[in-house]
Amino acid sequence: MLGAAVVIFLALLLGLAADLVYQAAPAFAHFGFAFVTGTQWNPVTTSYGALPFIVGTLETTAIAMMIAIPIGLGTALSLAYLLPKRLRLVLGTAVELLAAVPSVIYGLWGLLVVAPWSRTIIEPVIGFIFGHSGPASGPEIGIGLLLAGIILAVMVLPTMVAISRDVLMAVPSEQIEGALALGATRWQTLWRVVVPHARTGILGAVTLSIGRAFGETMAVAMIIGNTPSLAHSLFSPAATMASIIANQFTEAVEPFELQSLIAIAVLLLVMSLLVNVAARLLVRSVGRTHVSAA
Amino acid sequence: MVDQPEVASATLDALPPAAASSEPEPESILMLRKVSVSFSGKLAVRDVTFDVPEKRVTALIGPSGSGKTTLLRALNRLHDTVSSARVTGSVLLNGTDIYGGALHPTLLRSRVGMVFQRPNPFPAMSIYDNVVSGLRFNGVRKKSLLDEAAESALIAAALWESVRNRMTARAGVLSGGEQQRLCIARSLAVEPEVLLMDEPTSALDPQATRRIEELIDELSDRVTMVIVTHNMQQASRVSHRCAFMLMGDDRAGELIEVGPTDQIFGSPTDQRTSDYVQGRFG
Ligand SMILES: Nc1ncnc2c1ncn2[C@@H]1O[C@H](COP(=O)(O)OP(=O)(O)O)[C@@H](O)[C@H]1O
Ligand SMILES: [Mg+2]
Repeated sequence: MLGAAVVIFLALLLGLAADLVYQAAPAFAHFGFAFVTGTQWNPVTTSYGALPFIVGTLETTAIAMMIAIPIGLGTALSLAYLLPKRLRLVLGTAVELLAAVPSVIYGLWGLLVVAPWSRTIIEPVIGFIFGHSGPASGPEIGIGLLLAGIILAVMVLPTMVAISRDVLMAVPSEQIEGALALGATRWQTLWRVVVPHARTGILGAVTLSIGRAFGETMAVAMIIGNTPSLAHSLFSPAATMASIIANQFTEAVEPFELQSLIAIAVLLLVMSLLVNVAARLLVRSVGRTHVSAA
Repeated sequence: MVDQPEVASATLDALPPAAASSEPEPESILMLRKVSVSFSGKLAVRDVTFDVPEKRVTALIGPSGSGKTTLLRALNRLHDTVSSARVTGSVLLNGTDIYGGALHPTLLRSRVGMVFQRPNPFPAMSIYDNVVSGLRFNGVRKKSLLDEAAESALIAAALWESVRNRMTARAGVLSGGEQQRLCIARSLAVEPEVLLMDEPTSALDPQATRRIEELIDELSDRVTMVIVTHNMQQASRVSHRCAFMLMGDDRAGELIEVGPTDQIFGSPTDQRTSDYVQGRFG
């Protein structure tokens, strides 16, 4: 019974991957490795390079994590240990409800509400800090890499907070009391004992969030500006692997265009699976250092 | 780290001189005065009054549920973390009431250490980091100081020889008995005046238990210990004084009798103590 279910799901995954690879094969065969390293995406000249989208995906995810990890961990700690009981319940429920918001609504909110803030406040401030050069160069138009990263951060927060809170609360009270009994303050106990003890689970929460950010399509497609070139600045419009597929799939009529989009899908699938496997290995190696049951 | 001024032992002078007649009697480092603990209004320990002599081992004995752990945790204010818990009465550490507001709980806990029923080393830290964790909590940063303290605490806990070459290994590689000695070393590194131990050998095998008992004996000339045990042999082996607790009719733990260990085991004044130490119940 269980064995059959495993076989069915594995077959589904393999079948899906095989079909994608089959359909993408002409593009891979035609462009070779240059498909991964190429920076041009131009149907008119039949040049298809996926690098801008790979980089765009990694960049938006990195921005999202830089925002979401500190906020998520801080919120999780507050929910697990710091806030009064009643506030924990209210804030906890609010965070969980955020997970129920459809992604297209995050996209709309990003476009209509956050983009103007980004253009008038966030980007000018960051531009000022970096002297309007390097990662903060170029016109401050509101949409682009940075906005996509911000919205992705909001979207992954509920998962990150919920899992981190649960693993933080699962830290045995003997650990907490052990630290307190040595004269630790509450803050020291949290940062030096509770968080390290929960690091495996927190890592899991971050990994899941990375996977989610890699694959998020709708909201990103609405706010990233959909420009198929390497972004040179946080303020540049860009595209991710998921957003380019969603944007161009329905009108892909040129030679190799559809096959190239499916080839990107194959790469995205591989990246997502790799993140997952890497995280599992990492989690296992960290988990092995746990104190043997006393 | 803590801004509260240390209170001089002036209050001690106000108390009646205890045992002024027999001069080798040590001073009392801890004095419990009508200590009661309740959880959500329900009494778990009622009106316990006794003194803990300095640099002696005092055993808290009594059947399961008689409030030994609860009383012990009142001595380093660990009940502060339990919102339903309430402690009344006073506990004087060298004359200062630890509940009086003059002694910050974190400072108190670096002076009154605790070893728990199950070994609880920090699994994310190395053996070395575990030993010096208390010092770091208390703001010590200097490597040479930490190294020195780690070595002497591990020597005192009879663990130095077995871990000196693997200080960077995780604490989890140690056996249960070694983990408990690591926890003792971790407490000793802070140089507490009092060490509270809650059934420190109940999770260990007989061999490891014997080593901890030897250790308690060795340590007794440098630190005051209060040890909870439900093992009569252990109490008689390691302690100088015994306090016997029992549940009252309302299930709140009470102190029945306290005195030198020989007396508690040889000629107790209360029939219930006599029944208990002879293994007739509990
Ligand atoms: N955190 C707590 N909340 C509620 N009741 C508690 C708590 N801790 C201890 N008690 C109660 O206090 C009583 C004494 O328990 P304890 O001190 O653990 O006994 P002992 O250590 O002597 O076996 C028990 O009846 C127990 O139910
Ligand atoms: Mg107990």
